[in-house]
Amino acid sequence: MITFSMVLIVFLIICALGVSFSRDLLISIAIYMAFSLIMSINWLILESPDLAITEAAVGAGVTSILFFITLKKIHSIRTTAEEEKKDE
Amino acid sequence: MDVIINMLRNHYQDIAAVFLFVIGMTNLLLQQNLIKKIIGLDIMDSAIYLFLASKGYIAGRTAPIVVDGITDVERYINPIPAGLVLTGIVVSVSVSALMMALTICLYREYHTLNLDEIMMKIRKEED
Amino acid sequence: MSKPNPNYKGSFWEHLAKWLRGEYDPVKGRLETKAVAKKTAGKEEMQSFDQSIQKIGKYDMRMFEEGIDRQVGRYRVVYRILSVVTVVFLISLLLWTVSYMPNFGDPNAPTNNEVSQRYIEKGMEEMGTVNIVTGMILGYRAFDTFGETCVLFVASCCVLFLLRVDREDDPQSAAVEEMNDRHFEPRNDTILQKVANFLVPLILIFGIYVVLNGHLSPGGGFSGGAIMASGAILYLTAYGFKKTHRFLNEKVVDAMKAGALILYSFAITYFLYTGANQLHSIFGPGTPGNILSAGLIVFLNIFVGVEVACTMYTFYTLFRRGGI
Repeated sequence: MITFSMVLIVFLIICALGVSFSRDLLISIAIYMAFSLIMSINWLILESPDLAITEAAVGAGVTSILFFITLKKIHSIRTTAEEEKKDE
Repeated sequence: MDVIINMLRNHYQDIAAVFLFVIGMTNLLLQQNLIKKIIGLDIMDSAIYLFLASKGYIAGRTAPIVVDGITDVERYINPIPAGLVLTGIVVSVSVSALMMALTICLYREYHTLNLDEIMMKIRKEED
Repeated sequence: MSKPNPNYKGSFWEHLAKWLRGEYDPVKGRLETKAVAKKTAGKEEMQSFDQSIQKIGKYDMRMFEEGIDRQVGRYRVVYRILSVVTVVFLISLLLWTVSYMPNFGDPNAPTNNEVSQRYIEKGMEEMGTVNIVTGMILGYRAFDTFGETCVLFVASCCVLFLLRVDREDDPQSAAVEEMNDRHFEPRNDTILQKVANFLVPLILIFGIYVVLNGHLSPGGGFSGGAIMASGAILYLTAYGFKKTHRFLNEKVVDAMKAGALILYSFAITYFLYTGANQLHSIFGPGTPGNILSAGLIVFLNIFVGVEVACTMYTFYTLFRRGGI
C-alpha cells in the first residue's frame, strides 16, 4: 500500500510540474483535471470516501468545465475583436 | 542518509503536501499568465487539504462510517479533518469561479492574459 | 541628550522616518513597469503602442537584452531572484517543521484527542447518522455549514454582477453574446444527444441518491449537488437553452437558490423562536440506518444539495453567455 501511495504522490508532483511547464493553456487544464482525479484516489487511500466523491465531482468535473468555458469565452472575445478590426 | 529515508517513510504525505504547496506558490509568483496563476492557487488549496487529511489518518483503521453498530474509537479514523476539508473543497471552487470571472472582465478590457502587458496598458492610460 | 545631526536632511534616517509616516514611497518611480511608447495622443500612437507591446510579448526573453526599458528588466531580474529565494526558504522551513511532526498514521498523535472520541462514540446515538462526518458537519456544526452555504450564494451573486448581460436594456451586447454562443457550441450534434439521452437520467438519479443517502453512506449535499449540476450542464450542452428553459429557467433557479438558503436558516434556528430550550431536532434521531432517520439532517442535506447544484449551474450559464 505504501508503494502504491508513493507512486500516486509522484504522479501528483509530476502533474503539478506539468501544469507549470506546458505551453498550451488547454493542455495545462487537462493536466489539472488528471491531478484532481489522482487526488481523489489518494483520498480513498487516506480512508475518506466523502472527500473522494466530492473531489471527483467538484474538482475534476465542475472546475475543469469552468476552466474550459473560460478559455472558450476568451477565444470568442478575441475572434470578435479581430472581425471588428477587419470591418474597419 | 538514514535520516532522509526515515523521514520519507514516516512523513511521505506531509512532504508531498509541502512540495505541492511550493509548486503552486512558484506558479503564483513566476507565471505571467492569469489562468495559470489560478491553477497554481488551486494546487495550493489541494496541498493544504492533503496535509489536513493526512493528519487525521490512523494506520489500520477504517473510514468513519459505523458498521454493525460498533462505536469504538479504536476502529475509526479521526472524522474532524474530513469534515473541515469537505466544505473547503466546495468553497475553493467558488473562489476560482470568481477569479475566472474577473479574468474574463480583464480580457474584455485589455485583450491579453499577460499580467505585465495589462500593467503596462494601465500605466499608459494613467499617463 | 543627543545632538541634532547636521547631515540629517536627505539622510537615510530622514527617509526612514518619512516612510514610517507614510509620506515617502521608496519604490515609487523606480521599480515600476513603464509604458514604452512616446507620449502623443490619438489613435495612431495607440496602434504603435499596441505593436510595441506585441513585440515585447514575442521577444519576451530578449526584451531586456535589447534594452527597450532597462528599469523594467532590472526589476524583473530582482523579482525573479527574490521569488526563488523566498521559495527555497519556504521549502526548507516547511520540511524542517514537518520533521518534528508526529508520524503519519500514528494513533497517539495530538490531533486524535477527546473531541474526535466524543464524535465517534456519541455521534450515532445523538444524531442518528451512520456516517459520522455528516453527523458532524450537519448536526453538531450546522451553523458552520450555514456559513459555507452563504459563501456559495455570495460567490454566485458576485459572478452575476461581473458577467451578467441584460437582455432587455442592452440588446446589442446580448446579440453579440448570442452570436458567439452559436458559433462555438454546435447544436443538434447527434452523437452528443444520444449519449446525453442515456447519461443525463443516470447522472441525475445518482446525484439524488447521493444527496438522500448522505447520512447513511459517503456523500451528502455538497457532492450530490455537484453531480446533479453536471447532469444539468450536460443536458444544456447537448440540447441548448431553448429546451432547457422548459423546466429550468431563470426564475426557477433563483427561487430554488434563495429558497434553499432561507429554509436552511429556518431549519437550524427554529429553536430560537420556541424559547431556545433545545439543540436537538424536532424529529429526534430515529432508528439509525433507515432512510427517514437522523431528524433534520436529511432535509438539511437536500437544501445544501439544491444550493450547490443551482450555484454551479448559474456559474456555467453566466460564463457561457451572461445569463441563464
